Amino acid sequence: MPNMRMDRNPMPVQDADIRRCNFDEVALGYTEAQAIDEAQRCLNCKHKPCIAGCPVKIHIPEFIAEVAQGNFEAAYQIISRDSALPAVCGRVCPQESQCEKMCVRGIKGESVAIGRLERFVADYHNAHGEKAAPAIEKNGHKVAVVGSGPSGLTCAGDLARKGYEVTVFEALHVAGGVLVYGIPQFRLPKEIVRREIEQLKALGVKIETNVIIGRTITVDELMEEYGFEAVFIGSGAGLPKFMNIPGENLKGVYSANEFLTRTNLMKAYLPDSTTPIRKGKQVAVVGGGNVAMDAARCARRLGAEVTVIYRRTEAELPARLEEIEHAKEEGIVFKFLTNPLEILSDDEGWVSAARCQKMALGEPDASGRRRPVAIEGAEEIIPLDTVIMALGTSPNPLISDTTKGLDTQRCGGIIVEEETGKTSREGVYAGGDAVTGAATVILAMGAGKTAAAAIDEMIQTK
Amino acid sequence: MNRILDRQVLCPAVTLLKVDAPLVAKKAEPGQFIILRADENGERIPLTVADFDREEGSVTVIFQVVGATTEKLNHLMPGDYLQDFAGPLGRMTQTEGLEKVCVVGGGVGCAIAYPVTKKFFRQGTHVDAVIGFRNKELAILEDAFAQNSTRLFPMSDDGSFGEKGFVTDALKKLLESGETYDEVIVIGPLPMMKAVCALTKEYGIKTVASMNPVMIDGTGMCGGCRLTVGGQTKFACVDGPEFDGHLIDFDEAIARNAQYKEFERHAYESTCNLFREVK
Repeated sequence: MPNMRMDRNPMPVQDADIRRCNFDEVALGYTEAQAIDEAQRCLNCKHKPCIAGCPVKIHIPEFIAEVAQGNFEAAYQIISRDSALPAVCGRVCPQESQCEKMCVRGIKGESVAIGRLERFVADYHNAHGEKAAPAIEKNGHKVAVVGSGPSGLTCAGDLARKGYEVTVFEALHVAGGVLVYGIPQFRLPKEIVRREIEQLKALGVKIETNVIIGRTITVDELMEEYGFEAVFIGSGAGLPKFMNIPGENLKGVYSANEFLTRTNLMKAYLPDSTTPIRKGKQVAVVGGGNVAMDAARCARRLGAEVTVIYRRTEAELPARLEEIEHAKEEGIVFKFLTNPLEILSDDEGWVSAARCQKMALGEPDASGRRRPVAIEGAEEIIPLDTVIMALGTSPNPLISDTTKGLDTQRCGGIIVEEETGKTSREGVYAGGDAVTGAATVILAMGAGKTAAAAIDEMIQTK
Repeated sequence: MNRILDRQVLCPAVTLLKVDAPLVAKKAEPGQFIILRADENGERIPLTVADFDREEGSVTVIFQVVGATTEKLNHLMPGDYLQDFAGPLGRMTQTEGLEKVCVVGGGVGCAIAYPVTKKFFRQGTHVDAVIGFRNKELAILEDAFAQNSTRLFPMSDDGSFGEKGFVTDALKKLLESGETYDEVIVIGPLPMMKAVCALTKEYGIKTVASMNPVMIDGTGMCGGCRLTVGGQTKFACVDGPEFDGHLIDFDEAIARNAQYKEFERHAYESTCNLFREVK
């Protein structure tokens, strides 16, 4: 008999007043009893709509049924058939707009906390599970993966499990891509990313850091000189976008990429880090996505009063619900319907304020969201000492500039066939933000998975 | 990890390191840079390629001790390892089709000006090199320039090396005497590059300046190295590091480069103290 309670088990978290002063993980994870209780809320319904909501099609009711029985390792084995990074996805997926959105229990009451259960199962496995990797028979084919973020790691994992010799090339000095340089420690501890990568290495995946494909080695050389039969490009999103307003290059203006890279990759929040970061007192983050929330919460932990400036309303915020809630609990202030017009400076060229336009919502635009329009004459000056622009990114030009015959969109994204990830170049596949522009971890993983299947088919039918 | 093959002290504050980096050496061209970390918790710093040997698989960088990281680098000896050494990054200097150029180098910027000068000289371009230092003690690479340029004009602020005066004085004299160039390439401290660009603008000579802003990843991700060039935001790591000197907003670049001065001064002092204690 399922547990028919309407509300889900709340996630135990670090107290907001304590956590806004540290970088330790906010969510603490379910206990075994909480996980079993939550799992019993699943009706195991016949048509399983949750699976359709998952970009990598995890067999959700099946793994939850095992959790309900207390068979946590069995549950992990079910998830890992479809997902290479469950400990990551359980933490950073926007479940409320994917699997949990489709859950029948959500119609009257709260949906089953699928993401929290996934995280529980992955953490349980990492603490108790079998570490030895299964012996895989090599098939003698070599595949190169460019970038060690979510799409690259997924593609590499899937191919390695099928027996391919996979080498992942990473431009930075550590593997993990956005999971390491972008998403902060308090949301995704780096030890978890490291462990997931160790598991891939145990499958035989080689990881070469400090190699910039497009500069150190080109895609053509990978195929012609190094003997890779296929290349998957998962190089991620690239250069940060700015608003092109006056004052954006003043001292104290960061892109979210730079602010997060200094904080997360270079650990600028630790006292012994040699990478500097400006610890502002009054910080504004411009934008409303997950990256904006991450930047705002990092700035808060570095000691600032933080304001998120967003040109639409709360209803349109693209960030994960949980991040918005956590940000508010941590004392971050939101200024909606506000758009910066100019960043002002003091006598020494440091940021002193932002002059902002007040907005109202007008007619829906192409994306279906109501377009923000300026309210004539309504301006506001917000005093600040640091501004972080979190407005998205445009694709990195390094690979497309140096790979002949690789077609890109006008904005720079690599053009692929959606069902396979195939590019205009024979043997070259792509996925993740390098194709779509800034999106989510799980969508990138889905693309890596799709491409891995297509690469396997291409090589096997050659 | 990359092994240090050779180390030379060029002058009291400037050191050359030759590093084993075959993949980088295979591709490196004048004008490009590398990113390195000295040790495990080190920061990522960009250094321009000063020389490379494709056969030996080595890349040479030259740096001036200005902060904690360069101080640490300065204590590494042949046989020691650098934690990371990635590249080559940025676009190479365009040398094709130029018949007569003037390369202007200032201070440690001469380390970057040298491979460019050499490339021009070896391809048969007439290359005048103007190199300037504060004084004789700080002068580097004089012989190397002499052997790889058509004419060399050494300058120093106090007259102890070459002629007394700034590089702009030497360049001005050349231009006033009627010399013309297809292009001037300038590499050095920002105020000096600004002054050279202002001068060549008067004479309408295309000038390329090599920028060295603060960078983290160096691969087109963080946006920390942005500059305003001709009113547009450009990223030195992927669009540069060389830009049309007449279009660069130097005042903005000078301000942005000073952002971490205070932090760097503290870090430098504590690193120096650390080495003192060790001794």
